[in-house]
Amino acid sequence: MKAASFQYYAPTSIADVVALMAEHSDAGIRILAGGQSLVPTMAYRLARPAHLIDINRIAGLDQITDHGEFLEIGALVRHEGFAANRLPARLGAILAHIANHIAHRPIRARGTFCGSLAHADPASEWCLVAATLEAELIAESARGVRTISSADYFRGIMSTALEDDEFLTSVRIRRPADDTLFGFFEYSRRHGDFALAASLVSFQLTAGLMQNVRLGLGGVEDYPRRLAEVESLLEGQSPSAAVFTRAGDLAAQHVNPSAADVDYRIELVKTVVERALQHANETT
Amino acid sequence: MNKQPGQYFGQPLQRLEDQPLVRGQGCFAADISFPYQLHMRVVRSDHAHGRILSIDTSAAAALPGVVAIWTADDVADIPPIDFREGSVEKLAPFRQHILAQGKVRYVGDPVAVVFATDAYLAEDAADLVRVDIEELVPLLSADDAPQEFSPGLLTEATICSQGYGDVEAAFKQAHAIVELDLSIGRHTGVPLETRGAIGRYDAARDVLELHGAAKVPHRNRESLAKMLSRSTTSLHLYEGHVGGGFGVRGEIYPEDVLVLVAALRFNRPVKWIEDRREHLMATNHSRQQHHRIRAAVDANGLLLGIENEVWHDQGAYIRTHGTRIADMTCGILPYPYKVPAYQADLHFRLTNKTPAATYRAPGRYEANFVRERLLDAIAIRLGLSRIEVRRRNLIRQEEMPYEAPLMALGEHIVLDSGDYEGLLDKSLASIKCVELEAEVAARKANGELVGLGLAMFVEKSGLGPTDGARINVDSSGTVEVVTGGASVGQGFETVMAQVCAETLGVAYTKIRVVHGRTDRIEYGIGAHASRATVMTANATREAALLVRKKALTVAAELLQTPEDQLDIANGIVFRPSQPQGPSISLGEIAQRLRPLSPNRGDHIPGLCAEGWFNTDHQVYPYGVFIALARIDPGTGAVIVERIQIAYEIGRAINPMLVKGQIMGGFAQGLGGALLEEFRYDDRGQPLCLTFADYLMPTLLDVPPVEILLCEDAPSPCNPLGIKGAGESGIAAAGAVIASAVEDALGLPGVIRSLPITPHMIKDILRKSSGTPVEMCP
Ligand SMILES: Cc1cc2nc3c(=O)[nH]c(=O)nc-3n(C[C@H](O)[C@H](O)[C@H](O)COP(=O)(O)OP(=O)(O)OC[C@H]3O[C@@H](n4cnc5c(N)ncnc54)[C@H](O)[C@@H]3O)c2cc1C
Repeated sequence: MKAASFQYYAPTSIADVVALMAEHSDAGIRILAGGQSLVPTMAYRLARPAHLIDINRIAGLDQITDHGEFLEIGALVRHEGFAANRLPARLGAILAHIANHIAHRPIRARGTFCGSLAHADPASEWCLVAATLEAELIAESARGVRTISSADYFRGIMSTALEDDEFLTSVRIRRPADDTLFGFFEYSRRHGDFALAASLVSFQLTAGLMQNVRLGLGGVEDYPRRLAEVESLLEGQSPSAAVFTRAGDLAAQHVNPSAADVDYRIELVKTVVERALQHANETT
Repeated sequence: MNKQPGQYFGQPLQRLEDQPLVRGQGCFAADISFPYQLHMRVVRSDHAHGRILSIDTSAAAALPGVVAIWTADDVADIPPIDFREGSVEKLAPFRQHILAQGKVRYVGDPVAVVFATDAYLAEDAADLVRVDIEELVPLLSADDAPQEFSPGLLTEATICSQGYGDVEAAFKQAHAIVELDLSIGRHTGVPLETRGAIGRYDAARDVLELHGAAKVPHRNRESLAKMLSRSTTSLHLYEGHVGGGFGVRGEIYPEDVLVLVAALRFNRPVKWIEDRREHLMATNHSRQQHHRIRAAVDANGLLLGIENEVWHDQGAYIRTHGTRIADMTCGILPYPYKVPAYQADLHFRLTNKTPAATYRAPGRYEANFVRERLLDAIAIRLGLSRIEVRRRNLIRQEEMPYEAPLMALGEHIVLDSGDYEGLLDKSLASIKCVELEAEVAARKANGELVGLGLAMFVEKSGLGPTDGARINVDSSGTVEVVTGGASVGQGFETVMAQVCAETLGVAYTKIRVVHGRTDRIEYGIGAHASRATVMTANATREAALLVRKKALTVAAELLQTPEDQLDIANGIVFRPSQPQGPSISLGEIAQRLRPLSPNRGDHIPGLCAEGWFNTDHQVYPYGVFIALARIDPGTGAVIVERIQIAYEIGRAINPMLVKGQIMGGFAQGLGGALLEEFRYDDRGQPLCLTFADYLMPTLLDVPPVEILLCEDAPSPCNPLGIKGAGESGIAAAGAVIASAVEDALGLPGVIRSLPITPHMIKDILRKSSGTPVEMCP
């Protein structure tokens, strides 16, 4: 459990990062953000990057900026950066709530939002957030800057649209209408473990009916995604325990767990979807 | 015997050992380094079972800084690691060689070792060693038919049997027969500090040293000396700080021997520090056992006989304990109940998994689960309450000492003292059982899956027969207690200091306790099987009594006062009837007792003494666990809401430390009950080699433990009345959680194995939907 040898760089600008990435992308290069996923895999020698670029000395990447229409989350915003945020009330509250489900305190002090998206663990809470809400990922390389919509971003287990030479400099989340309600529920066997299933939901209530429903599911399939069938079931309904149960049942019918314990995961899907909806409803 | 707490006895005093630990000044195995040292890295088998065809070390050897690479041929002169309690001919062929010879038998089996000037380099080189293995079909379950271990030998190494009475007759006259098929998962003690061993040969003095020792340094010295054909006096083991032992750490493993052999051959210190991945595949596993148990009962629920057939999954080799856990499982199973006829037969079987051995409460965690499941099942079968069925079967106070016709740790079981029913009543009263049952009933009626569990158990502790300690007071009045005990973090130093302080009459902070060093004392029992406080504390007391006597004799001469009118407090000998009168400190007495002191008279030099404590029998503490658990039907999660542990300790030297032992033990027991399990795939690949896969409870997952510590039945086996505590909190944790979960489900007989996973709960709920069954409280 000692990493294989690697060349270490600590650039202080984005330009230097992308230049290094262009130069070494063939030889195996990795960005080191919070290190909470990368360092253990290097210690196990499952990852053996020949070059390691530590981005922690780059100024200005540790901000969550409210651009009004969207929030921009820089590459060095840590999980704990969401704990006491000054974000729009309900969105801020749900992101702080979700952040507390990620690992443990020391890990939240180092691990980053963008690192989670780059790593793309199927059970990552931030990946679920990006998949459920409208998010755009800003990827920079020597070839230029491009914007990837979260709908196009995830490709498989820990596999994304990001190229080997691309640096994810920030993620933008479109700001939902202020009266949007959010609900989140996840289940893991211990506090702080990756979720076995997690669901995030948002909707508005217009004349007591659910509108603009977004419902995402993580931890079960190769990557998190919205469940369109469930969203349409809920759209226009008035929230009730019975409707939430039906939503859970329907979600369970439309998932394809990649884990071995398929039956169990399907049952969990039912529970997390139902409870995420209840959670949203309780915040009204 | 005086039961009153003293100035130091019975007091929840702060731990003496904490200062360096909380200041980052501890010295654990990895903190030990010697100039010019080499680092060792073990190349382990990637296959569960196979024949070694070839090992190519050329690429690895070519790396600059690599000093040597060994395979089995290089250490062919070293015998396999023997059993601590002596050779057993029948089991000898199943012992582990320090490097695999010809065959690999589990993933993690050491096949080669690399020595290099740097730990990273050693790991780089180990990666380059090419081991060509012809894969053989692995045997992965002790339930499967035994296979050939080696020509002429089956993987069923032996059958351990114990029993008495006419079991057949008992079953013939039974009113009912209750039969269960139960199993306990494979888990183990996972200390925060992984293993480590640093070998050093001091050619100038011809002394071979092993640093990083733990648990049983003196016993290991004997075994190692034999393996290496050295005198014990030229081999020394040194225990530093130990980050948890739990039974697994401090046994002799291949790595300990390898660093010693290498230190001798290279004449350079050799350091090996286990990493976590290695730890989870190389350090002893434990517990995995399958029981088919049958009880014959009469119409009142009284036990007539028990038949207990067991399949014990030993893993790839038989390690230092031989069949001790197996024997313990068979021997301790019936208690605290009276069982007129009993037969246990245990199939001791090897498999292609990590070798198994002792883990905190070995044999008892398993046996308690099995027996208490059986009692619950009998209660259900006869429509009795779970409390009542236990009450009827308990061994009575009047029957103590209770001679049991069974063996544990090589001696006959004699339950020394106890009022089992008394403790049951106390613990029911303390948790307000009647109210609690009503509360649970109301919650059940409200649709909640909530339930109560009960488990009783008898522990064993303080295996004899003998331990010694030496005490010396220096001229500053500082007292040194030299023991052959060991500290795995349990507060050993504090407890020994408390006993010495109380007996001798000095402040416990003036006492320095030495342990875990073979160069300071010739013999020692170390720290295992909850022995230290019973054996070493009593030996310390004997030595302290002798020092006290000598101090009083000398003081009587100097103060011109009869000895019986003197007392010692805070290190000063004084006359209680005349507190302001003449007095003398122990330091001054020590000064006068120096060999060259003109005032020494005829006394043997030194204010010092050696004391020995002898005992014929182990002591048997006991306890009652009560748990309240809830099930989340949506996820299958089990939430232990409350846990109460009532424990009869005989006498608690330091109740705070006892409670700490109980809480820590429970956390581990909860792990085995709900989370921890070494799983393998069908090729024998271990699936739990990280802490993301081997789930241990964290602080957030363990409920507060309510502890009822009782001192109602001091042991007659030692003058302090002590019964041990080290394994109490874990002993019936699996049993009680199983009982509570089954009650919460309301489905008798569904909890048959540990750990109880959410997946399993969901399966049970799915299969049973619509058919809840009422259980008696
Ligand atoms: C015990 C434990 C429990 C955990 N539990 C959870 C959990 O419950 N939920 C959860 O979501 N996570 C969990 N994690 C993972 C943690 O959240 C990580 O911090 C996160 O997954 C990765 O973020 P990081 O900044 O640490 O990335 P790093 O570990 O530094 O990097 C991860 C990967 O992403 C790449 N990368 C990082 N940043 C960028 C970038 N800006 N552009 C391009 N590539 C980049 C790296 O090269 C690497 O391949 C846990 C970790 C541990 C150790």
